[in-house]
Amino acid sequence: MSIIINHLNYIYDEDTAMAHPALIDVNLKIPDGQFIGLIGHTGSGKSTLIQHMNGLIKPSSGNVFFDNEDINEQGYDKKKLRSNVGLVFQYPEHQLFETDCFKDVCFGPKNLGLPQKEVELRAFEALEQVGFDATYFYQSPFDLSGGQKRRVAIAGVLAMKPRVLILDEPTAGLDPKGREDILNLISDLHKKMNITIILVSHSMEDVADYVERIIVMNKGRVAFDAEPRDVFSHVKELEEIGLAAPQVTYCMQELREAGFDVDTGVTTLEEAKKEILKAFGKC
Amino acid sequence: MLRDITLGQYYRTESVIHRLDPRVKIVGTFSFIISLFLVKNFIGYAIAGLFLVICIKLSNVPPKFIFRGMKAIFFLLLITMVFNLFLTPGEAIFSFWKFQITKEGIKLAAMMGIRLVFLITGSSLMTLTTTPNNLTDGLENLLNPLKKIRVPVHEISMMMSIALRFIPILMEETDKIMKAQMARGADFESGSLIQRAKSLIPLLVPLFISAFRRANDLAMAMEARCYRGGEGRTKMKPLIYKKRDAIGYLVIVLFVALVIVFGRILFR
Amino acid sequence: MKKMIRTDKLVFEYIRRDEEGNVEGITRAVDNVNLNVEPGQFIAILGHNGSGKSTLAKHFNALLYPTEGEVYVDGMLTEDDEHLWDVRQEAGMIFQNPDNQIIGQVVEEDVGFGPENMGVPTEEIWERVDESLKAVRMDQFRKSSPNHLSGGQKQRVSIAGVIAMHPKCIIMDEPTAMLDPNGRREVIRAARALNQVENITIILITHYMEEVVDADKVFVMDKGKVVMEGTPREIFAQVDKLKELKLGVPQVTLLAHELRKSGLPIPEPILTRKELVEALKACR
Repeated sequence: MSIIINHLNYIYDEDTAMAHPALIDVNLKIPDGQFIGLIGHTGSGKSTLIQHMNGLIKPSSGNVFFDNEDINEQGYDKKKLRSNVGLVFQYPEHQLFETDCFKDVCFGPKNLGLPQKEVELRAFEALEQVGFDATYFYQSPFDLSGGQKRRVAIAGVLAMKPRVLILDEPTAGLDPKGREDILNLISDLHKKMNITIILVSHSMEDVADYVERIIVMNKGRVAFDAEPRDVFSHVKELEEIGLAAPQVTYCMQELREAGFDVDTGVTTLEEAKKEILKAFGKC
Repeated sequence: MLRDITLGQYYRTESVIHRLDPRVKIVGTFSFIISLFLVKNFIGYAIAGLFLVICIKLSNVPPKFIFRGMKAIFFLLLITMVFNLFLTPGEAIFSFWKFQITKEGIKLAAMMGIRLVFLITGSSLMTLTTTPNNLTDGLENLLNPLKKIRVPVHEISMMMSIALRFIPILMEETDKIMKAQMARGADFESGSLIQRAKSLIPLLVPLFISAFRRANDLAMAMEARCYRGGEGRTKMKPLIYKKRDAIGYLVIVLFVALVIVFGRILFR
Repeated sequence: MKKMIRTDKLVFEYIRRDEEGNVEGITRAVDNVNLNVEPGQFIAILGHNGSGKSTLAKHFNALLYPTEGEVYVDGMLTEDDEHLWDVRQEAGMIFQNPDNQIIGQVVEEDVGFGPENMGVPTEEIWERVDESLKAVRMDQFRKSSPNHLSGGQKQRVSIAGVIAMHPKCIIMDEPTAMLDPNGRREVIRAARALNQVENITIILITHYMEEVVDADKVFVMDKGKVVMEGTPREIFAQVDKLKELKLGVPQVTLLAHELRKSGLPIPEPILTRKELVEALKACR
């Protein structure tokens, strides 16, 4: 068991007149190696939740365990935790600061107090893992395109060699090609290096295509926590909390209503194609 | 949330003081502060105190909000009073080791204390009852004559209001970048002074870049909306004096006169 | 009838310099673009990041001037200094980042910013602010601080700020790129309402294909050139070409395209779910 969240509550601006709950009794188990989608509209508490997972926010009550140790206990090594649980913030390219990309990626491992050789090796590896062109290693990150900058920023977190990687809206503001590239990159990291991934996203289509488990947050609570096809079968409830199912799921439901014999639990384009062709006896 | 912090801590409510023209409040506050320095005796302070209490009462701002500002200057107040208490030469009434407390010292310390407390209370009353916007508008209007000697009054006030709008945004951004760097193992809290100063680089560089980007975007957005400086600009909310503002000015003049007569001329 | 916007062989180049300020090369961001926009149309410009679409858009508001060729807004040459403020008043602009285009600290004051700059009398500013906020349905937030609004609401305030200047045309430069799905819907709905109710010409620049389905005309840009031009139906019929241009296609369109490739006789293109269901029914 990698991360366990136990009766977690968090209250914003505690002790002031503006206090309001951001997380209410959240219980989650995140085993090693899963690819999880975390969805919920703005203000549902998902950003607050992920910041608890690497100790950036202290819970108002409840616990967060990493490898069976309470991370908020006195004397727990937060730095080690942050190297194990990597967090890539929204628009991560805005945190780049060094004069060249390579140096920027070195920042994380350097903070871990590793020897210089190890630091550089890790930076090199991380940049390779994100598919960053070696000719740009020593260029200023500020001259790169949006998608490339974001790669460097993700490499900056990967260089800490995390076992769990949390990404907050990693595709925000990118064009379709950029979005696809980044999602493929994340999926590769999951497959090749067996990193646990938690992907925070607004796009149901993106989430449905990649993840094996979806956690839906609403008003600070976990509303759903299941496989994509289970979660997206609750179309009505999802819509009530301002979310939606992937377009193809709606398609299949409408086809069913029109009298086609198709499975309405379909969440990806490939599945939908197969189902429809099956209904037409084409395969 | 950081976005809720507003500079100048405006307290939203209905009152005569809130409705007063910002120019009256600015002029009033300055007159009040100046009068505090003209007063020579406690009768003057009593009058000023009474005036202040009446204004607070009229403003409908809960006194605890007004005195909250006092916490920040508590140490300044203490130091000022202690220095005055011990370092004023004169007729000693109490002494130990190298220090002595004099009669003059007590009087001076008390006066300085009252002066500081009144000064802070008076100016917080102004910021609590006037929106930052109104304040900049009022200031711009009052400083208008300086345009003749080529002081860019409009530009200064535009800069002030843009700063007021972006301070909360940049504060939130600081928090975000700080957390992002902490997630990469950065440590902003421990180490020597030099180490700590150095650890701020990963925070300050992205913050400056972001501020410049925002400034650039904003300049473009302003141009796109036909902004071309103060020339020929009209106002959505022009400052217009009403009857109550005239009364306000009258009260201020009366107050200053009263303080000078009783606090300086009649009783020395 | 005068064209709302007309560009004639528009070219925009900028000079890249290295750190010492030496010329490294010249980039042609917009390359020989000829484009006509009729009054009252809803136009979409598509293209991946760096295709030159934003650079093109900035020409319509006289924020940039052509290196070669000409841009006319409502018959006025944008380079004419005499018309500069008329051009900017007639062709309003909405930008990507909702935080970086709101100037006022209170919603209504921000909406009044444009009219103030134009020298509109006070009373009329209030009327304009009222009607503009109503047009984007933000009137209940008029006294709020922009910092407390959601991204979609902020963009609607920006739109109100432009409407208050009584433009004939609004250019929206990726107004939804930084928003969540709810915010995106709000903004697109507002844009469509302005087009239909107030008859304001809308030029929407985006890379979300779902948003352009209802446009009157779509231009697709790549490497500074307009490479495709037509109704959404004509554009979406070319799924493979769109993919080549690194553009995404709505999931239903893509599904229909795939089914067609697998041998189902579905007409191209399919733009909505309803169309797909109807087409499949017809196949049965």
